[in-house]
Amino acid sequence: MKFLKFLLIGIFFGIVLVKSEAVSWYRIYEMFRFQSFHMYGIIGTAIASGLLFVQISKKRHLKSVEGVDIFVPKKEDGLIRYIIGGIIFGFGWALIGACPGPMYVLLGTGVWSMIIVIAAAILGTFIYGILKDKLPH
Amino acid sequence: MHYILNPWPWYVSGPLIALVMALLLYFGKTFGMSSNLKTMCSIVGAGKFTDFFKFNWKDQIWNLTVVLGSLIGGFIAVKFLSNGSGSNLNPTTVTELQNMGFNNPGMTLVPNEIFGLDVLVSPKALILLVVGGLLVGFGTRYAAGCTSGHAILGLSSLQKPSLIAVIGFFIGGLIMANFIFPLIF
Repeated sequence: MKFLKFLLIGIFFGIVLVKSEAVSWYRIYEMFRFQSFHMYGIIGTAIASGLLFVQISKKRHLKSVEGVDIFVPKKEDGLIRYIIGGIIFGFGWALIGACPGPMYVLLGTGVWSMIIVIAAAILGTFIYGILKDKLPH
Repeated sequence: MHYILNPWPWYVSGPLIALVMALLLYFGKTFGMSSNLKTMCSIVGAGKFTDFFKFNWKDQIWNLTVVLGSLIGGFIAVKFLSNGSGSNLNPTTVTELQNMGFNNPGMTLVPNEIFGLDVLVSPKALILLVVGGLLVGFGTRYAAGCTSGHAILGLSSLQKPSLIAVIGFFIGGLIMANFIFPLIF
């Protein structure tokens, strides 16, 4: 039962991503061609609302269900890994028009070939894990 | 009902995505979909090859549950909350894609030319799916996050590494859509 809330959050997330067309391959293409404001509007308002939430939580010391202040883990400092990793991710994002959230949502909408993409993404993650110590970070 | 069945405008969708992020923080978790790929590696035994995948994946079941939910959400959205209206794409985009050989751009969520089930008989589409998946999986772990963890959560909490990663996402995406697409389609 303790996982029910996460299932519901996931369901809500999936519905929002479909109804907003954020899972549309075409919308991602349009975004990278600067031909529409739609995706920028979604990402922009998501960040603006998120920023507001994070700032208010900090100022008011909002507590999580666990009774501690809500906090966002700090990302490790770095440059190379973020820029190079980011660019590689961007290539894939534009090519298949889906990032790791939408991949699953699209599978749920009946795009069965996403199974191939997800399997390849798991393999890609595995390859990173193997090469990790040889890569600049 | 009309408002629910039609595609939702960006100014409604963005804040709702932030709500997902806020709910996860409230429940003591973080928003990050790509972590599930790492968890799945661990589940299938990748820990035998490198310590990177040696962790107690059971701590990540909550996130896999979010994944399962998002699949169900996708199903519900197309089955019960849609009226079949396509995306209102920029006419320039539509023409461009038609010239590249895509039929009916925007009438579905993904182009049949890449994702149709006949991919199994079309080597090119199959290669694109595999290469795309590999790039996303490799890149997201190298950059330690994806659109949810960096673009939404990371930028919402004003973290510099996330800004660098998101700049990377866009450099990669812009190069792919503007310079590589004309070569492959």
